[in-house]
Amino acid sequence: MNQQKTNFSNEQMLAFYRDMLRIRRVEEQIGKDAKAGNIPGAVHLYIGQEAVGVGFCSQLSDDDWIASTHRGHGHYLAKGGDSKLLMAEIYGREGGMCKGHGGSMHVADFSKGIIGANGIVGAGISITTGAAWAAQLDGKGAVGIAFFGDGAANQGVLCEAINVAQLWKLPVIFVCENNGFSEFSPSSTVTAGNIVDRAKPYGAAHEAVDGNDLIAVWQCAARAIKRARDGEGPTLIEARTYRQRGHVEAEASFLGSAYRTDEEVAEWIARDPIPAFGKRLLDAEQATRSDLDRIEKEIMGEVAEAVRYAETSPYPDSANQTTSYMFA
Amino acid sequence: MAKKRMIQAINETLHGEMAKDDKIILFGEDVEISLFGDTRGLKDKFGTRVRNMPISETVMSGMAVGAAAAGYKVVCHMMFGNFMYTGFDSIANQASKLRYMTAGQIELPIVYMGVFGGGRSAAAQHSDAMHPMFMNLGGIKVALPATPADATGLLRAAIHDPNPVMFLQAAGRGGESGEVPDEEQIIELGKASTVHEGNDVTMVAIGAMVRSALRAARKLAKDGIGVELIDPRTVVPLDSEAILASVRRTGRLVVVDEARDMCSAASHIAAVCADQAFYALKAPIRRVTVPDVALPYSPPLEKALLPNEGRIADAVREVLGKKAVEEV
Repeated sequence: MNQQKTNFSNEQMLAFYRDMLRIRRVEEQIGKDAKAGNIPGAVHLYIGQEAVGVGFCSQLSDDDWIASTHRGHGHYLAKGGDSKLLMAEIYGREGGMCKGHGGSMHVADFSKGIIGANGIVGAGISITTGAAWAAQLDGKGAVGIAFFGDGAANQGVLCEAINVAQLWKLPVIFVCENNGFSEFSPSSTVTAGNIVDRAKPYGAAHEAVDGNDLIAVWQCAARAIKRARDGEGPTLIEARTYRQRGHVEAEASFLGSAYRTDEEVAEWIARDPIPAFGKRLLDAEQATRSDLDRIEKEIMGEVAEAVRYAETSPYPDSANQTTSYMFA
Repeated sequence: MAKKRMIQAINETLHGEMAKDDKIILFGEDVEISLFGDTRGLKDKFGTRVRNMPISETVMSGMAVGAAAAGYKVVCHMMFGNFMYTGFDSIANQASKLRYMTAGQIELPIVYMGVFGGGRSAAAQHSDAMHPMFMNLGGIKVALPATPADATGLLRAAIHDPNPVMFLQAAGRGGESGEVPDEEQIIELGKASTVHEGNDVTMVAIGAMVRSALRAARKLAKDGIGVELIDPRTVVPLDSEAILASVRRTGRLVVVDEARDMCSAASHIAAVCADQAFYALKAPIRRVTVPDVALPYSPPLEKALLPNEGRIADAVREVLGKKAVEEV
């Protein structure tokens, strides 16, 4: 059975590693740029959660839909989004994916099935449910995946969506990335019970998974995707992971007090999904140190190229472009 | 030409368009049995393209966005316009902004349907005229048909428009009849119609108010007062040119709107004319609207608040410098 798969080829394992590291290095650069004042707006980084996005998106094609969150760079990249266009968008430039109209919280590429990041917590849940209805009507086996956080799980729309998706047997997967925080509030202070249990009253499939273990995520995703493609309806997944960075970069400059301890952060950094996966590759002799170094170098080249592209792209022409996409 | 009821005209248009274009899908609360009659018979004819929804406006308005983004032309029936407030996030934050935020990557053909307005003791939560709220969103067109012929022509245009369109039917007017052309008509969104000709005063009336305004115009004509009555038919886009041209000719303006006065369509139209036709004005502009209260249940109270023929005629006499009369 495909969804039980554990014996991935060396190539596939390296591809997982590359996909996760690519998100990490691009975002580290975005973090640096934000600190340096090169980015006009707020950025919310996905650092620490990469195994979830990659575990799901590595099994999708451009015909499948994903909707993401304000923490959306990782999903965009994992689904095949271009890093240059992402970087230029975050820089607010004409060469950006949305020509500077959207910014960090609205990167989207519909040609790749990326409905986009979203600035409204939980908004992607309903949109993906609608895209999944469209996929069901098309009858070609496409699926929709809504990524959202534990904060969004407290929006009523999740219950509404699970209800209608289960009734209509929609090919949709609700992936809650429980990263421990609802903006600046620890989950335990705002969330009752287990999020994964919220599928139970609707009779919908559900599963909790270690969101820092790429292989575990991949297997869980494979089961849910198969269920969706086979017409068996939705799955709610709670991937437990950790937001290593703040809710928003630069939060230390305006928060009066801490909402978590340094020890807690250090504990989770020790469980970072990427070095763990690299070690797994080396231990199983599926890759050599030089393979990993080569990937690192390639990615750093891509990051440098993305920054160069963004920096040299002009700002949109404010004389002519402020209303150009209204009622296009 | 054939005489048809408003609701029948809408129903026949939906049947006709759905038969021609299998990308059109329709969903909403009780659309199969159809409370108002506008979606009656569609389920039997179009099967899975027509679906009853749970009472879940939050997910519903967002599903419309997702299904439209995924390639369908979506008719989302919200039943009462007041229920759109419950589903407002996906209307205000998603549908109205997605095309712009993503630099026109996709078309978003959605028709949000709902009935609006008072006059039937439906009380405060089923009687709002909420079009001004949508006018301020920026990315949503707003159609308010006043006759069966306009309903069919505007709905046809709305379904095929690449942008989200609010199609608001006057609640108490579904049973009204009017002549509908036999050949299929498309009325371009943003084109006003002149309902009654006259040279003394320009009157702009919106949606259900057109009928009362027309009655007032006909009575005033008998007294030798010429009213040019303009029905903008859509308030976004607004045919400002047609209104301004008339105001420049008559020098006087009365605007009749069923919305509450503050930030109503009437106040916007008054502002546009004060701004761009100031030197043509011979008298202050008068707005005939609903005071800034919730509509009450009891018939005499409700009747006292809604614009009626008498109040409209008084406003016309007032801008002409004639004393308003108690009864017209």
